[in-house]
Amino acid sequence: MSKIICQCGHENPYGTELCEKCGRPLSDKAKESEVVDMRYEGSSRRSQTYKSSIVDKIWNFFSSVKIGVSIIATILIASAIGTIFPQKFYVPATTPEGYLEYYERLYGTAGKLYYELGFYDMYNSWWFKILIGMLATSIIIASIDRVVPLYKSLKKQRTRRHPSFMKRQRIYGEGNVPNTGESLAKAEEKLKAMHYNIKTEKGAILAEKHRFSRWGPYINHVGLIIFFAGVLLRGIPGFYVDEAMWLREGETRNITGAPGYVLENKKFTLENYTKEEAEEVFGEALDKNGVIAKSYTTDVALYKEDEGALPGSDKLKKVQDYSIVVNKPLKFDGYNVFQMDYKLDELKNMTFNLVNKASAESLGDFTVNLSDPEKEYDLGNGSSVSMLGFYPDYDGIKDGEPYSKSPVPNNPAFIFQMNTPEKPEGEKSFVAIRQTLEVEENDYAIKFAAAETRNISGLTIRKDKTLYILLLGGLVFMIGVIQGMYWQHRRVWIQEDTEGHLLIAAHTNKNWFSLRKELDTLRESADLPAYIDRQDPELDKPEQEGDEEIWT
Amino acid sequence: MAKKKNKKKIRLISRTALLLILAAIIVYAITSTDKVKVLAEGDKAPDFELVDLEGNEHRLSDYKGKGVFLNFWGTWCPPCKKEMPHMEDLYKDFEKKGVHILTVNVGEPKVKIELFRDDMDLSFPMLWDKNKTVMDLYNIKPLPTTFLIDAEGTITRVIKQGMSEEQIYEYLESIQPK
Repeated sequence: MSKIICQCGHENPYGTELCEKCGRPLSDKAKESEVVDMRYEGSSRRSQTYKSSIVDKIWNFFSSVKIGVSIIATILIASAIGTIFPQKFYVPATTPEGYLEYYERLYGTAGKLYYELGFYDMYNSWWFKILIGMLATSIIIASIDRVVPLYKSLKKQRTRRHPSFMKRQRIYGEGNVPNTGESLAKAEEKLKAMHYNIKTEKGAILAEKHRFSRWGPYINHVGLIIFFAGVLLRGIPGFYVDEAMWLREGETRNITGAPGYVLENKKFTLENYTKEEAEEVFGEALDKNGVIAKSYTTDVALYKEDEGALPGSDKLKKVQDYSIVVNKPLKFDGYNVFQMDYKLDELKNMTFNLVNKASAESLGDFTVNLSDPEKEYDLGNGSSVSMLGFYPDYDGIKDGEPYSKSPVPNNPAFIFQMNTPEKPEGEKSFVAIRQTLEVEENDYAIKFAAAETRNISGLTIRKDKTLYILLLGGLVFMIGVIQGMYWQHRRVWIQEDTEGHLLIAAHTNKNWFSLRKELDTLRESADLPAYIDRQDPELDKPEQEGDEEIWT
Repeated sequence: MAKKKNKKKIRLISRTALLLILAAIIVYAITSTDKVKVLAEGDKAPDFELVDLEGNEHRLSDYKGKGVFLNFWGTWCPPCKKEMPHMEDLYKDFEKKGVHILTVNVGEPKVKIELFRDDMDLSFPMLWDKNKTVMDLYNIKPLPTTFLIDAEGTITRVIKQGMSEEQIYEYLESIQPK
């Protein structure tokens, strides 16, 4: 792999299309073409040239834009497939067998395949992570492989280019002017006024502006990589928490995802708009829908474990009282606790009467707190009721015993023993909602009197230390997009060749129309030969005055 | 020529290094599936402090040098109920051998647990995780879940289902201090 030595004497790396210094076409392809390919300044992309070791082969694979686009396409297609059936999150199952059963039952063989291939939990499947990793690799390597040679060749470019380079530019013109020196001086002045950076070399001008826009795509890629890094950090414990929990009124519970903190729900309030206060704004909607929520509030108390206390101990210190409303989360130690959901009217207390069946006379009443019942309720006057069994979510008799299917008091049932002066040995009674069972005929009965309910708050606990990294990534990404989109790298070469002709050529990476307009303005101030846009020759010719003979 | 060779070497090394770093990151991303540290075999069992139904404090660290059979349960869970009598049968014998059975109820009303205990005639310590702190600490999802903790305080096994008497016997034996 030898260097290519150009006629101007510059040594170019192997694979160079256009001499880095003078721009002479070096490869056969460049020599034969009428308009030269200016991508990456015709520089040698290393990846395209070294193909010796396995490392180089892997490198070249990721350097390819074709491969990059294929990876993106694959991710897109996979993501699309991932939306066909619901993701794991929406499936009412917890075990692998449960998931498989669900997908197979609802979607048949396709569902089974969907599960087996990991589409049901796509973002966590190994192949999706590999695809994203390959995309990141491709972005990094392809960028390195392009930005380095581009930077080098833009840095090395010479003011005077070889006529063969000029002739192969898309915009090119040549001709004779009465006074070359004056034309060049005027052109220089005008280009300066148009905010070009000017470099001169006797009889040659290189005017250049907005070179930085060429770095836009690479800055953009840096932003993407920062973003990926932020997402990756979310996988490390401690960086990202997104949990949810139900908290009943009166309940005190460890905060899921925030070890060392305990939260008490003092009250949940759902407020609706009244017809009077919101007539003007919501009047019509209220008539149509009945109710419109005004606010959801959870009044909480936050506790923290004492310094050095062990988890589970009662050594807690109150940190603060707070009212969580939507979008005003409870904030502490990097965590945010949001109001997210609610359930109304779960049974809280049940009040019963102990009555004499014959006389229908009450011996007193007692209230059972369903989240903290007592063993015995003393009714005074020598009677009491003791709790022999408590089934918060009664679901029939199983194996000869009442069975509770959950710890939630959805359908409470009790076995009470009624101790009365008349029956000191006690009578047993099974009491459930709208149901009373007795082993033998009792004299006394327990009658339901009243119930109190409570509400449940659905809270979300969030902590995100990666947020600022993601924000930075997004910002850098946008800067890259803007700098590549709103500016164009424009260059104008004007030079006098050895025979005294004036040559003009120009190049931009996009927006050729504006470049042509700038050139037209330039030609109004300086006497320069007419040029042609070789990708659109017809467009420009009639508008220009000057020596057109050379084209015919 | 020497310069060129050197350049080639640098290129190979830097490319290999970058590719290896990227590969390592991908492997890490695939293997780290949990955002919260989930306890697994080989981890140190985190210490906690809970009171039992009698109000006695129990710290896991109090049982250093002994095996601990740590069982999380709820009264409504049939497999929990099924394995309790087996644990009761083995509890006394193994206590002499240096293996303790600790059960943790996941935040049910105290009276409910007492009724359950009296009904089943159980005598081992029943710890009451009122605020579900220890339940969250040990990432308890299904019930029952049992942790076998050896004399050094290391988790040797996590069992996420009900157990037969033979299994319980084997498990208790496996964490007996030598």
